[in-house]
Amino acid sequence: MKNPQRSPTNPGSVRSRFTQVFLQSLLRIRKHSPASSSSSSSLGEFLKRCHRVKVAAYVSMARAAGTRRAWSRAMLWRVRHDAHRHRLLQGRCSRSSSRERSPGKKKRRTKKKKKRRDDQEHGFGNAEKLQKLVPGGEAMDFSCLLDETAHYIKCLVTQVKVMRSIADFYSL
Amino acid sequence: MSTRRSRTSQFTEDEINNLIFKLQALLPQLEQRRNNGRVVAPSKILKETCSYIRRLHREMDELSERLTSLLDNMEISSVDAQLLRTVLLQ
Repeated sequence: MKNPQRSPTNPGSVRSRFTQVFLQSLLRIRKHSPASSSSSSSLGEFLKRCHRVKVAAYVSMARAAGTRRAWSRAMLWRVRHDAHRHRLLQGRCSRSSSRERSPGKKKRRTKKKKKRRDDQEHGFGNAEKLQKLVPGGEAMDFSCLLDETAHYIKCLVTQVKVMRSIADFYSL
Repeated sequence: MSTRRSRTSQFTEDEINNLIFKLQALLPQLEQRRNNGRVVAPSKILKETCSYIRRLHREMDELSERLTSLLDNMEISSVDAQLLRTVLLQ
């Protein structure tokens, strides 16, 4: 068992909060999706459900992590923003808005020049890539980015472990 | 501008090294090298962090697919205590 970190939320409670919220989301997804067994339409349905499951996992983790973390706030914002945009698009039935490769990761636009100077000063060139991987990373200064990344990784690892346990449980 | 630079680097140099060190502790590949006593370059740590996060995202995608296909087989009407115990005790 891991020792509780000195951060206010120890890993044990994040894990249990995530598990509860995520399982409830799974149940909800199962209820709301049509339980059709016809194989013709099921691929589209499968992909839709798959996407919902994935989003539910990320949202559950962000909620479990709490709003004290910049990355979790950014992620929740992003999901809400994407859901709203998706609804707007569905009304227009247009696919032309996929101009962004990844769903709106930009929470706040800050000048990139300052960022580069900040991390190149300390001899690191790869902070830009890291900023794109961590939710809300593009708005963070270098030390904040490092701190948030560490927490984000811990939560991702927990998320993956729990999901794997659930999948294994129902695979038997 | 140079004075601002020196001020920020003085203030955050240790902090940043500390954070980099903490990051290294989280990365499975680099953890072994740390125990061997060799110093790992910070840029390598950042690179490794990026690939580790990408790997975790990919695992997330795979697990989502797996769970989706198992979803209909889940015989739970409410949250199963047995499941919780299994998941949380690992």
